[in-house]
Amino acid sequence: MSEPEPLSGPHVLEYTYKRSVGPVLGRFFTGLRDGRIEGVKTAGGRVLCPPMEHDPATGEATTDQWVEVGPGGEVKTWTWIAQPRKQHPLQKPFAFALVQLDGADSALLHAVDAGDEGRMSSGMRVKARFAEERSGRIEDIACFEPEDA
Amino acid sequence: MRDVAIVSYAQTPYQSSVSAQNEVEMLMPILSEAVEKSGIPRKEIGFTCSGSTDYLAGQSFSFVMAVDALGAWPPIRESHVEMDGAWALYESWVKIQTGEVDSALIFSFGRQSMGDLPSVLCLQLDPYVLQPLHPDGISLAALQARALLDAGKSSEREWAQIAVRSRADAKDNPDALVKGDADVDAFLAESCVASPLRPHTLPPVTDGAAAMVIAAGDLARRVSEKPVWIRGIDHRLDPHMPGVRDLTVSPSTAKATEKAGGAAGVEVAELHAPFAPQEVILRDAMGLGSDVKINPSGGPLAAHPMMVAGLARIGEAARQIWGGKAGRALAHATQGPCLQQNLVTILEAD
Amino acid sequence: MADANEPVSVVGIPSRVEYTYSPGRATTRFLRAIEQKRLMGQRCTGCGKVYIPPRGACPRCGLPTDEEVELTDKGTVVSFTVVRVPSENIQLELPYAAGSILLDGADIPFQALLRDVEVADVRPGMRVQAVWVDDAELQPSFTNIKWFHPIDEPDVPFEKFQEHL
Repeated sequence: MSEPEPLSGPHVLEYTYKRSVGPVLGRFFTGLRDGRIEGVKTAGGRVLCPPMEHDPATGEATTDQWVEVGPGGEVKTWTWIAQPRKQHPLQKPFAFALVQLDGADSALLHAVDAGDEGRMSSGMRVKARFAEERSGRIEDIACFEPEDA
Repeated sequence: MRDVAIVSYAQTPYQSSVSAQNEVEMLMPILSEAVEKSGIPRKEIGFTCSGSTDYLAGQSFSFVMAVDALGAWPPIRESHVEMDGAWALYESWVKIQTGEVDSALIFSFGRQSMGDLPSVLCLQLDPYVLQPLHPDGISLAALQARALLDAGKSSEREWAQIAVRSRADAKDNPDALVKGDADVDAFLAESCVASPLRPHTLPPVTDGAAAMVIAAGDLARRVSEKPVWIRGIDHRLDPHMPGVRDLTVSPSTAKATEKAGGAAGVEVAELHAPFAPQEVILRDAMGLGSDVKINPSGGPLAAHPMMVAGLARIGEAARQIWGGKAGRALAHATQGPCLQQNLVTILEAD
Repeated sequence: MADANEPVSVVGIPSRVEYTYSPGRATTRFLRAIEQKRLMGQRCTGCGKVYIPPRGACPRCGLPTDEEVELTDKGTVVSFTVVRVPSENIQLELPYAAGSILLDGADIPFQALLRDVEVADVRPGMRVQAVWVDDAELQPSFTNIKWFHPIDEPDVPFEKFQEHL
């Protein structure tokens, strides 16, 4: 059998899921919509932001004590994305970073709009920039930006 | 515990894109090869388990279609894990431990070239606070790499050396994809994909499949002249959210290594570190000394078929033992973001 | 969207993944043939069964189906269903029938629309033939067959196709 060139064609998988978020993330997202970032306390007194239903260190349920954190924080680690993918939160060169918000003991992953890689460093101060239109989702924080911006 | 041994292994030559074959066409030759080499008639193999994910190629229920390659009639005992094939090996090993079966065929496959793997890997992340921001697989590995640099635990030069070593060793592996002589300084001159990761620190886009047959004690001794014994196998995981972990260490790898019997006496280690910096974390977690030969196959920097690369580490370690290059070997598989889940096996010659 | 003052309980989190998919050797051959209005099945090198559309393997034997077999576009309805419930995914006028059709010389049926027939008259054993798109519209696609419709041939008794349901 002579072999024809393999055919190929575009194929898209798309899911339009709506997800129920539960009481813990529900409170977090409600806060973001209202322009406020909150963390939840573990039984051991650590503050998790983003909040979790359980303490990853012990597996115990987290408490119902909430603490407002940020909007400033410290970059724990980062990477510079010179060529963003179209699904990325910013369509210009930016950093992904783990940001430990003031008052929190864990770090939140988000984008940092620093303009230039040279402005990024671990330990640098950043602050959240809220989106103008917010609906209760992680993208209600549009990104972080250097605090001295 | 029943003694269990690897009695055969087969893999496709790894390619950057397999478009001339679908998953079934890719699998048939290596399934036949693994079964034939095992010396156990296909219809007498007690259990079959595969590891794959539909999202690689966007083909729903591809793992069900893959069963077409088995000749699964009359009906066979069959299972599937949405994990690397190394976890299918684990399930098969457990199945043999139950005493219900004496042998198993394990396989895994993936054609990641049909999609954009770093983006596809976002689908494995927390859907609420991670996925909407699309932190792709390369970006997450880069956050881990930076943390390693900041902690003073590694250097970009060390990563380049790992890549040079991998490509050099891959020259002896006909199945490897990226091989040849390379230069550390030339690598360090590359621009970053996601800083501090340069192209040579990334796994190559790879399509392929692998298959393995394992058997319990007496059967393994009867069918194989040189069974490779699985002396220990264990898998552990760290928390999913990257912001609650110290990304520079891998407690789950350390625990799995300990529970699998420890790295003492290991001559060869096949480590599933998709990104060069992760090899440093794994070596440290396992306590591997400088006398241990790492990834003689070329490792995941030379070929990284997603969902297969972990099983391939175990197969390649077994090949080292069959080839007389080692008497005791360690093989490792990982899954999830930033080495979240880790499986360790300790293999030995008779 | 929930009230702007209500606590957030549900979040829309869509995902979209794009691929360039290649169906492999057997499907490529099938699609290249159907582009020329030919129906090419493949025969198992072990048990001799003929598969259409072929996927490259015989699921009974786990062997390649390397031998190509050209089939006619006539076949037999071995099973069918009548769709009466509307759905946003259905653009056809209701009710309509869809059948499992076993082409002459094939060992597995495939699904296709049944038209030019009252749904009440559709039955297993009914002889049918493909209705193709105009030659100018032929593509490497199964949609070249618009539907099957009845032909004037006697029904096939159940015993003749019961192994191919």
